[in-house]
Amino acid sequence: MKIHYYPGCTLKVTATQFESSAIASAQALGVEMLELQRWNCCGTVYSLANDDLIRQLAPIRNLIRVRNENGNAVTTLCSMCLNTLKSANLLINENPEKKRTINAFMDEEEDYDGGVEVVHLLEILRDRVGFEEVRGKVTQPLSGLRASPYYGCLLLRPEEIGIDRAESPTILEDLLKSMSAEPIDSPYKAECCGSYQTVDKADLVIEKTRDIVSWAARNKAQCIVVSCPLCFFNLDERQKDLAERESGTALLPVFYFTQLLALALGLGAEVCGFQKHVIDPRPLLSSKGFI
Amino acid sequence: MKLTPYNNASTAAITKRALVIGGGIAGMQASLDIADAGYEVVLVEREPSIGGHMIQLSETFPTLDCSQCIMTPKMVEVSQHPNIRLMTYCEVEDVTGDVGQFDVRIRKKAAYVDREKCTGCGLCVEKCPTKVPSEFDLSLGKRKVIYVPFPQAVPPKPVIDAENCRFLTSGKCGVCKKVCEVEAVDFEQTDTMIEERVGAIVVATGYDLYAKEKVAEYGYGRYPDVISGLEFERLNSASGPTTGEIRRPSDGKVPREVVFIQCVGSRDREKGVPYCSRICCMYAAKHAMLYKHKVPDGQAYVFYMDIRADGKGYEEFVQRGVEEDGTLYLRGRVSRVFQHGDKIVVWGVDTLAGKKTEIAADMVVLATAVVPAAGSRKLAKALDIVTDEYGFYTEAHLKAHSVESGKPGILLAGCGQSPKDIPDTVAQAGCAASKVTALFSASEVGGSLLDLPMRFTASKSLRE
Ligand SMILES: Cc1cc2nc3c(=O)[nH]c(=O)nc-3n(C[C@H](O)[C@H](O)[C@H](O)COP(=O)(O)OP(=O)(O)OC[C@H]3O[C@@H](n4cnc5c(N)ncnc54)[C@H](O)[C@@H]3O)c2cc1C
Repeated sequence: MKIHYYPGCTLKVTATQFESSAIASAQALGVEMLELQRWNCCGTVYSLANDDLIRQLAPIRNLIRVRNENGNAVTTLCSMCLNTLKSANLLINENPEKKRTINAFMDEEEDYDGGVEVVHLLEILRDRVGFEEVRGKVTQPLSGLRASPYYGCLLLRPEEIGIDRAESPTILEDLLKSMSAEPIDSPYKAECCGSYQTVDKADLVIEKTRDIVSWAARNKAQCIVVSCPLCFFNLDERQKDLAERESGTALLPVFYFTQLLALALGLGAEVCGFQKHVIDPRPLLSSKGFI
Repeated sequence: MKLTPYNNASTAAITKRALVIGGGIAGMQASLDIADAGYEVVLVEREPSIGGHMIQLSETFPTLDCSQCIMTPKMVEVSQHPNIRLMTYCEVEDVTGDVGQFDVRIRKKAAYVDREKCTGCGLCVEKCPTKVPSEFDLSLGKRKVIYVPFPQAVPPKPVIDAENCRFLTSGKCGVCKKVCEVEAVDFEQTDTMIEERVGAIVVATGYDLYAKEKVAEYGYGRYPDVISGLEFERLNSASGPTTGEIRRPSDGKVPREVVFIQCVGSRDREKGVPYCSRICCMYAAKHAMLYKHKVPDGQAYVFYMDIRADGKGYEEFVQRGVEEDGTLYLRGRVSRVFQHGDKIVVWGVDTLAGKKTEIAADMVVLATAVVPAAGSRKLAKALDIVTDEYGFYTEAHLKAHSVESGKPGILLAGCGQSPKDIPDTVAQAGCAASKVTALFSASEVGGSLLDLPMRFTASKSLRE
């Protein structure tokens, strides 16, 4: 199957390893992700945290781009992008008045009908490909890898747009099991990572990172698996800061789920960009014989 | 507006027999009151025994008197009253007619036991080889497949649970039939329909608790030591699965620290129901107290939003828990409950101290919201009465006609109308009964008996 793909800014800058491993893995599972020819910022926190309608122009313009290319659906990887695009859809579908206002304002664009479906790659894997199908395509089972899934907030909340049950998600666990890895449950898995506080309140984020990582380490996890670039940054970068402050802190590598998927599908480390990680995951992976 | 009685006559005769639906404390009380006034009552209960939730409770606030001690004699009285016809394991299917003359179709469910013939000797139950989780003990204990739900059940006659019966599913076994001396076991039995004419109906179908799957953040259903308030009642009951010792389900250990969480589903506009369930503040206070009486070196914590102890003797009861039994109240909500090793960790916030708190407890008890009994909407449809958006039966007028449904001759009692404690339930049931006897004391339907509730429903529908 083919699906339009909206990358968002982070995927082109700090999270290129997420993109490359995602596109390659999807391809191997028969899903062709077609990057939109034109796209702009997703709206980020501005569209989520502000009632002002003008903030919705950014996500909606992206959805119009999908329509411009005759698409009915679009996939994204970043939790923030998923959230802004889905929230914008929900807002205008529930408020015809707002839809009219936005369409009237954007007179240079085609009117947006609210009908583009926004799906996360994880949803495609679960609902369209199917985890059993994934299991069948695994050539390098990740046996013996104990991984603690971490969802953060934006993938699951609010409930109307979350990709799984907000309080007890299992989609990452199910994916990990299909690759024969062992998921380690954590009470922190749907807590906030500290998010943008990382910019000017790094200490707060370091605290959050300590909670998340030390739980995982105490429960014998060898790594943390995420889907959101901001979670990734906080857990990877701030974990290093934590270790610099507190000696004896275990360092757990952080992975995008697509990196582990790429390895499990036998696509090799080349698509995974492991050199970009602050905490180098390669020693763990080679000790397991996965690279 | 004037109601046209049954058969389009301007007045109608009254069948002086009442139908009471639901045999909890509300239905029992209403039945006894009507029967004592000299009228016949048909009491329909869908479970194999009457008693409802109250018979599952251990001790009751605010007096801490034993629930079974109040209930058992009442249950026996109901079964022996010459004016009460008790129909357990039956359900109302269909109702036609109007006040004074309702025609009711009742389904008598196949029990696979002729409960008239059965002497209640209990031999079949003893010999039945299959055990399944007991509904009465909320799966904390087991029962046989041919079973009486609990020892004091009324009537003390068993039924066979067809889904789990070896004979009914695979044709093997049949031990119960072999040992029955009066040949009461009848595997060929089918549901039968019974028709009754009654003059008035009291609907007393009670409540259920909010579904546990809906509170994933509290781990109910995932962690065995996270239980509901009703499960706690069973643990604390001398007749319960632990013979009244407070032992947690996972490993039978006596919990040293127990956290009680109030408003689970209640007063939660986002994810649960917006209303207050009214009984949880009091039973959480009671549970903390009863726990402390059984485990004197234990500590009980209660997370609460605010304490609603507005009944007679209630505030004093809560204070006693704090002062004499050391119950620690934490004002705030709990965000997450999870298993860690053999502890159940509770993350919450203490809004009075302005701090996040973490308690590594041994057991957690959730005060889940009171919701209408399953099937209430369907029954309302059959009765042609109204429910609110949650499924509670709507009264003709919340203040002036709080026990009348919108339909003349159909009255409401107990938790099916709204969440309430036992004193309020009993009072409402008595009130419903007196409305029935007032109706029956008239020679025919007409005039004010029809007018009053209708006036209010009419004005209400005009407003809508
Ligand atoms: C954990 C807990 C502790 C409590 N502790 C106390 C306490 O200490 N003191 C106090 O005052 N209150 C207490 N309560 C409240 C008390 O349980 C209720 O007030 C009381 O049981 C309400 O009685 P009821 O007859 O209205 O409902 P129920 O007890 O629910 O009885 C309803 C009956 O109707 C039957 N029924 C349902 N639908 C149908 C149908 N369609 N056809 C036929 N039959 C049907 C049911 O099987 C049941 O037998 C407690 C409640 C809980 C949950």
